[in-house]
Amino acid sequence: MSAVPATLTEDELRRLKAPARRERWFGLASYFSPLLLLLLWEVSSQLNLIDRRFFPAPSAIAETAWRMVLSFELFDHIGATLRRVGVGYAMGAVPGIVMGLILGLSRPTRRLLGPIFSALYPVPKIAILPLILLIFGVGDASKFVVIAIGVFFLMLYNTMSGVMQTPQIYMDVAKNAGASRFQTFRRIAFPAALPSIFTGLKLAAGSSYIIIAAAEFLGARSGVGFFIWASWQTFAVSRMFVGIVVISAMGYLTILALEALERRFVPWAKH
Amino acid sequence: MAPALKLVSPAPIEAARPAIEVAHLTKAFYDSEGDRVTLAVSDVSFSVAPGEFVCIVGPSGCGKTTVLRILADLEQKLSGTVALHSATPPAMVFQEASVLPWLTVAENIAFPLSLKGVSRAEQDKRVAELLALTGLTDFAKARPHQLSGGMKQRVSVARALVDDRDILLMDEPFGALDEQTRLTLQQELLRIWETTGKTVVFITHSVDEALTLADRVLVMSPRPGTLVADLKVPFERPRDVVEMRRDKCFWDLTYEVWHLLASPARA
Repeated sequence: MSAVPATLTEDELRRLKAPARRERWFGLASYFSPLLLLLLWEVSSQLNLIDRRFFPAPSAIAETAWRMVLSFELFDHIGATLRRVGVGYAMGAVPGIVMGLILGLSRPTRRLLGPIFSALYPVPKIAILPLILLIFGVGDASKFVVIAIGVFFLMLYNTMSGVMQTPQIYMDVAKNAGASRFQTFRRIAFPAALPSIFTGLKLAAGSSYIIIAAAEFLGARSGVGFFIWASWQTFAVSRMFVGIVVISAMGYLTILALEALERRFVPWAKH
Repeated sequence: MAPALKLVSPAPIEAARPAIEVAHLTKAFYDSEGDRVTLAVSDVSFSVAPGEFVCIVGPSGCGKTTVLRILADLEQKLSGTVALHSATPPAMVFQEASVLPWLTVAENIAFPLSLKGVSRAEQDKRVAELLALTGLTDFAKARPHQLSGGMKQRVSVARALVDDRDILLMDEPFGALDEQTRLTLQQELLRIWETTGKTVVFITHSVDEALTLADRVLVMSPRPGTLVADLKVPFERPRDVVEMRRDKCFWDLTYEVWHLLASPARA
């Protein structure tokens, strides 16, 4: 009630503020709409409206999850998946960013190496998993490599387009200020590409979890993907759902963490 | 690098050696897709004395920015000669918002110094001087997106001055600003120029701005850009950007330049 000009009547103020109030209400309601779906699922399952063998009630899934938390069974799988995603992600992201910066800045390199990457990019990463298993074995190394390959391409293309979209004027500023090639690279191209790099990092995180789930289905003895697959094989549907929820939550939390990093390191992006 | 601000009055004009000599400069662009050649600048010759303030005025697309970019070595000439007699490369103040969005105001101003490995203490001292000179002291830690257009151009000017180069090239720096802000910045630029004694080449499409600032006004014709006139602006220094408009001579010159711009063939 601080800044109310005396010239507006009560009615005018009410009408002025009505849209904002409605907006707040919808904002609040949007938090609850997924819960509504969960509630609908619970009720349908309890009333046998849907097949409980395929869709056990959320309460039953939660109960299974709780038992698994108490027995520490799931944590080893989560640890295994996180390690594979973490190492593979780093192995792909760092060279992807560096290569993207080089290709973005250097037209000759882009002309020369661009077609190679364009030719390799469309190969589905899961399609080459057998090849990678053949070369690197069924241990963690093959998971690192398949994730690294997927992440590499996403980082390469996002970083490259970020550099190429850098306004020419920033390059001119650098040149006029006397920047060397390496200084232009580090002081201009990299920060200018940072918003795109973060877009790439988020996309890559999502696709890392897709790849790891598939890779663990096929060639692993641990990990959340393996857990989902093993549950399917024993027809433990509740456990399977727990695995699905867990890996989804892992992906979601990873993206949240990346968004926090983005706000910290790219505070200018939204302006 | 980075000596303190030179506090001298504009250097006496040496007849012998100009700071900038441009002779028969020609620049064309080639569009390979349409197989089309565009002549941007044709046979332009002029020179600028040390410490002189020269404005190049002409319609949009007449190649005046191209001339400046060639002087700054941001563009290659096709033929002709360009000679800069200066101990330092020229500093450029750009047309659009050229302030780097990921750096603070102070970091933007320090940018040229930071590339040269000048010590932090030295950088801070020099940046503080320029913040004061351009009236940005209270905004040192602000980010560009928090600044108005006028503030951003102050940052560009400060950055161009920070490593104290002899020649200042300004490419319509105030073109996007409102009239009032523009007038304020013109007055400040004159004050800075009078205290630093730099050689300035200033591009503008505004006749008014050219006459307000310059010792000499070079008038360019529409594309292909050629020089159609070289006018001396006789107003005394220091100038007051508002008061000088009371002088009838200001309006006579305005008329003369408009006359040239409206009918380049007659010149």
